[in-house]
Amino acid sequence: MKEFLLGKINMDSLPHEWFTFGGSLAFIGLGLFLVIVITRLKRWNWLWKEWITTVDPKKIGIMYFLVSGFMLVRGGLETLMIWLQQSFSVDKSHGFLTADHFQQIFTAHGNIMVFFVAMGFIFGLINYIVPLQIGARDLASPFLNTLGFWLFAAGAIMVSMFFLLGGQYAATGWLAVAPLSGKEFSPGVGVDYWIWSLQISGIGTTLGAINFVMTILKMRAPGMSLGKMPLFTWGAFCSMIMAVAVFPLLTATLFLMFFDRYLGAHFFTTVGGGDPMMYTNLIWMWGHPEVYILMLPCFGIFSEVVSTFSRKPIASYKSNVLGMIGVSTFALSVWLHHFFTMGAGADVNAFFGVMTMIIAIPTSALVFNWIATMYKGRINFSTPMLWFLGFIAVFSIGGMSGVLLAIPPADFQLHNSLFLVAHFHSMVIGGVLFGVFCGISYWFPKFTGLRLNERIGRYAFWFWTIGFCLSFIPMYILGLMGATRRLDHYDSSTGWRPLFIVMLVGGIVIAVGLALQIVQIIATFIQKNHLRDTTGDPWNARSLEWATASPPPFYNFTTIPEVSSIDAFWEMKHNGIPETKYQDIHIPKNTAAGFYISCFAFLVGFAFVWEIVWLAVVSIIGIIVVFIFRGFNDEPEYILTAREVQDLEEARTKKHLERTKLANDDDTEDMGVIDFIKIVISFAKDIVVNKRWRKW
Amino acid sequence: MVNEQTPTHHQAEADDRALFGFWIYLMTDLLMFSVLFAVYAVLHDNTDGGKTGKELFDLNLALTGTIILLVSSFTCGVGMIAARAGRKNQVLTWFGLTFILGLSFLALEFNEFSILIREGHTIQSNAFLSSFFALVGTHGLHIIAGLLWIAVTLGYIVKRGLNSNMVRKLAMLSLFWHFLDIVWIFIFTIVYLRAFV
Repeated sequence: MKEFLLGKINMDSLPHEWFTFGGSLAFIGLGLFLVIVITRLKRWNWLWKEWITTVDPKKIGIMYFLVSGFMLVRGGLETLMIWLQQSFSVDKSHGFLTADHFQQIFTAHGNIMVFFVAMGFIFGLINYIVPLQIGARDLASPFLNTLGFWLFAAGAIMVSMFFLLGGQYAATGWLAVAPLSGKEFSPGVGVDYWIWSLQISGIGTTLGAINFVMTILKMRAPGMSLGKMPLFTWGAFCSMIMAVAVFPLLTATLFLMFFDRYLGAHFFTTVGGGDPMMYTNLIWMWGHPEVYILMLPCFGIFSEVVSTFSRKPIASYKSNVLGMIGVSTFALSVWLHHFFTMGAGADVNAFFGVMTMIIAIPTSALVFNWIATMYKGRINFSTPMLWFLGFIAVFSIGGMSGVLLAIPPADFQLHNSLFLVAHFHSMVIGGVLFGVFCGISYWFPKFTGLRLNERIGRYAFWFWTIGFCLSFIPMYILGLMGATRRLDHYDSSTGWRPLFIVMLVGGIVIAVGLALQIVQIIATFIQKNHLRDTTGDPWNARSLEWATASPPPFYNFTTIPEVSSIDAFWEMKHNGIPETKYQDIHIPKNTAAGFYISCFAFLVGFAFVWEIVWLAVVSIIGIIVVFIFRGFNDEPEYILTAREVQDLEEARTKKHLERTKLANDDDTEDMGVIDFIKIVISFAKDIVVNKRWRKW
Repeated sequence: MVNEQTPTHHQAEADDRALFGFWIYLMTDLLMFSVLFAVYAVLHDNTDGGKTGKELFDLNLALTGTIILLVSSFTCGVGMIAARAGRKNQVLTWFGLTFILGLSFLALEFNEFSILIREGHTIQSNAFLSSFFALVGTHGLHIIAGLLWIAVTLGYIVKRGLNSNMVRKLAMLSLFWHFLDIVWIFIFTIVYLRAFV
């Protein structure tokens, strides 16, 4: 009976180690804190109506940022734990982590950073910016978009669930290679949590990607042919097409892995005729394009930023677009370079090696294009541009080490060494993360109507870049010295230790950079009158997202703009902005269906992790019922009349005038870190001395 | 989304997008099947000493199933013609027939699976059978989903009549059904016919 009700859950599943205790306390504490704050502020209704059931891609974008920002801090803590261990676990000392725990940490680090940080930020930016850039009012299917986000959120919770129940995450590396991830070698629930967190968020990604392909192909403003689409939208489009093409492979592969573990099938086992290398092939057929799915929208961001901040149109729009299409096409046929050592033979290895090197051609076309755009431009070195320049440096080094790794004989030496780890961190931090930071600092005025604090932003940039070099240049060297990845202990006679310590120092510098970014955002809101962007176009930008208010109204545009050139907004600014005509607008209604389905999907995953059959059945039925109700019963839209739009616009203009006045009266400067600390101290003093906490 | 258009035009655009999106979804589903086909292609000889497909499969049964499914695709197509002409009763009849044919196909497959399992040839036996059950079983799950979809749609048509919204839903349903038919033709060829070559 107990087994029927609770499956494999028993007393041993509860937390009983320091890290599970810590994680559980953090998990429950954070949950309780949020519940108390929301209840005290009486914001439950607001939360439900404005956020949980929203179909507005702008709000969903913000929610993606919040989840990903939180996960970035968590994944960052794991980095520090890894490097601390590697700095101290030498000779007789075995550091503060057991080998098994260390393995779980680097596995979780990889999963969190790729799936819940990079992917989330990218989807957040695409959600917020793409509809604005193409002059659309919303997405092709607003419902699919909420569903995609909430599945992503459910996956993010699932990846942390092991703290509360089970006490272990997968100890297999971020792709859970077979046969290590099979039941025989990983009998615990760690790999099951891995499967279901990726499965749930991966299905969310597929749905989101389908939605964006539909949106970009079918909902562009009149006059915007594919050849006039802004470059960020192009990057997003290539990326989403790739996601549609490869995420189903992940879904299918994870199901096969699930059959192996749950039903005792023999796909990837070493016995019964299974083929473990087939798993490696299948997972990398998804895994390699995945990094380009992250990278392409960032290429788009950089193209926008470099042309805006150089006050020039992009040097060659066509070669830029072709570069992106080239990268996304070639990226589908290089997966085998992740395992040249499999023994596929010289012919196969040579093919994949050559294909991998060919990718460098469209990528360099992009890089040269950006450099040519800067040439003779009037460059404005604001933070977005700094992130771009940092990217060019780091990404070029990473790219060249990638070409080196693409040579099969060299790869046989460097395979699974820290050289490889340094290479892909150059790409993912230097490319994707810097791209995301570049995009967020560029579009922050769009999100909030406030310019980001420039001064602290510069500090953050330099801390990140210097920290990055301190951590990853030693890592390249260590790799060449023969240090393999995922080491939890080594001998001091190798001479690696000083470099590992430098890496740790670099990690701390990066952590300071991350902290400064959080400070930067808080400081921006403290000085919101001073930093108010009164113009609506703070960077003298070129594309359509700046042609509406900041932050944009929920219907995006009062009048859908007509487009006649690549730089649609630039054209508008020079030929006169067309008069506003108020008109009736169809607005999609809020829906809770996406949230409910994701709750059930979470329960399905949880039930399969713990083998609770009844819960799985009930939750699957729940998903089907919600789908049927959503499909047949919802009234998806309502009409906002021209009159209402006019009232909203007039109210907004009035408010804007008031704010402009406040902003003009405020002649302070961007605060620095010291000012910020002073403000925080005086705020804390105020609470303690004046006993403000009593109100709570 | 622009006002100058009439509401019906707005609806037509939304329908067009939905249908396009459904096509993309079908392609993702096809990719999932392609993985299962690839896995079957890799593993079909790995019987680990167990019986091969030739010894296990009943070609007549598979052929019967194939014919049933092909006929169901035909009835589904005729039902769609009726739907576009707005003939409610004919829609109910033809899609009802499709439902019954689909159900018989499923019964045959269930029968095949249960015989195999009773004789001890399960998903756990060897890699060949794992990939067989995964591929054919996934198709079967899709058929179940399709049957559920037909039943619910017909229920709503009886309740609310055949409006344009329902015709759109039927169009997607028929796409899904034909898609399953195409996948089955590949399964029949690659799994069953190939075993006897």
